[in-house]
Amino acid sequence: MPLDPAITDLAQLRDRPEVARLHAALPEVVRAARLDRGELTLWLDPASLREACSLLQSDPELRYDFLSDLTCVDWHPQEPRFEVVYHLLSLPRRRRVRLKVRLPGDGASVESLTSLWPAASFFEREVFDLFGVRFLGHPDLRRILMPDDWNGHPLRKDYPVEGYR
Amino acid sequence: MGALAKPPVLEPGQEGTMVLNMGPQHPSTHGVLRLVLEIEGEHIVRLKPDIGYLHTGIEKTCEAKFYQQVVVLTDRIDYLCPLTNNLCYVLAVEKLLGLEVPAKAQWVRVLLNELSRISSHLVWLGTHALDIGAMSVFLYCFREREDIQRLFEMVSGQRMMTSYFRIGGLALEPPLGFFDRVRDFAGRFPERVDEYEDLLTANPIWVGRTKGVGRLSAGDAVALGATGPTLRASGVDLDLRRDMPYSGYENFRFRVPVSEDGDVFARYLLRVQEMRESIAMVRQALDGMPEGPVKAAAPKIVLPDREKMKTEMEALIHHFKIVTEGFAVPAGEVYQAIESPRGEMGYYVVSNGTAKPHRVHMRSPSFANLQLLPKMCEGLLIADVVAVIGSIDIVLGEIDR
Repeated sequence: MPLDPAITDLAQLRDRPEVARLHAALPEVVRAARLDRGELTLWLDPASLREACSLLQSDPELRYDFLSDLTCVDWHPQEPRFEVVYHLLSLPRRRRVRLKVRLPGDGASVESLTSLWPAASFFEREVFDLFGVRFLGHPDLRRILMPDDWNGHPLRKDYPVEGYR
Repeated sequence: MGALAKPPVLEPGQEGTMVLNMGPQHPSTHGVLRLVLEIEGEHIVRLKPDIGYLHTGIEKTCEAKFYQQVVVLTDRIDYLCPLTNNLCYVLAVEKLLGLEVPAKAQWVRVLLNELSRISSHLVWLGTHALDIGAMSVFLYCFREREDIQRLFEMVSGQRMMTSYFRIGGLALEPPLGFFDRVRDFAGRFPERVDEYEDLLTANPIWVGRTKGVGRLSAGDAVALGATGPTLRASGVDLDLRRDMPYSGYENFRFRVPVSEDGDVFARYLLRVQEMRESIAMVRQALDGMPEGPVKAAAPKIVLPDREKMKTEMEALIHHFKIVTEGFAVPAGEVYQAIESPRGEMGYYVVSNGTAKPHRVHMRSPSFANLQLLPKMCEGLLIADVVAVIGSIDIVLGEIDR
């Protein structure tokens, strides 16, 4: 099963329903797209993330009604440093899509999705705890895994594996 | 108790409520879960779960290990179904590599995963019943769990931390007589499930403690990210084994039990039915077990057999290279989700083209399911909280990682 080359050209992916619907409603919101190993990834404009997700959730053709997972990847020392990753699942269509927003290392923050999916609450707290990305509008943004008085954010790449000594 | 519960009249934070800590060393919190309860008399006004007591930084550790070394870490995440974690991780890496796994390895993986599901459900049933006060069920459940642990020991050398699935197949061929032992177990297990049901299903105390308690609507379950039996007990029919098959599950015939009731009793019945389905799948796996190798023909990824290492120069070189330098995985990312006993377990693996993963994230079902607790418990009695915690079957190792 050799790997097929990834499709990274947005124009070639325009006919995918996710890309097409987002493009029709919110032009410019999809910054880039990639179809790799059968998984579709969309890079979205962080400023309109909530709007785009709301559309994906409610659009009768897409119906991404379930937030499977929310996490973050640190690409230090590259900039923009953080990529917050959302995995959505459509229960009626049994489809998945991956959304990403790129955030700068300095004061990284993005809108919270807790108003669309209350499930996002713990996941966003985890990302805040381990990466230091802030979620604007989160009702209770506190550390969740590390102690409240912990210094630093352990999953950042510049945080040593053994911790600070 | 559910019938006695009246919704409290007080709002959170009002005078007259008391804040009570439950856990982290409470026997019914299944590990080290701390619940901050705001109570009015015996009624829960507000509940806040507090987690992190078991955080060991596994995701960070993964970034410092070679791909094949991470398998050992995945056992420790959900210690009640280590093989399910092994499977989810190796499937993710195999997808990154574009590696095809031989049919026999896939079937053995399914077989062992269904045994894991039974073993995990047995621990759940035993401890859940123990929490509510039905002591003897625990002893019956652990009798059968012991049989499954012995099977795991036979096949992998370990009872719990098996690490039996490797990237590209299995660690080694199942030993002679293994399948006979499994068939023997599969033959006698269904009547054991009848025994558990005899003790509980029609037991008036059990029914009184569980029926109508901890109700969860389908809408809330979806919004709060519930998966697995907890979601299906609320009437949402999603099972990844059937809906997004992996590792050859499309070759198996099974029923996915769904219930509309959404209470503790429904979740209990559903898991008991799942055990019956799982043992039927174990039998299907035994009957249809294909012949052939259990490792993919990928010498740069899969460790060679011990015998070959002693006779072939190439094999020795590959072994040395894999152990000392690992193997490079093409850059990319994969989200692999499978149906664990508790729900959707997802591994998100990001590769930057080197021999160590750039990021491994585990979407653990218990972590998401725990968010349901306030929704289900508010307005109930403290004693019902114990029943509800048991019914969502959380594993703290998986929540905190």
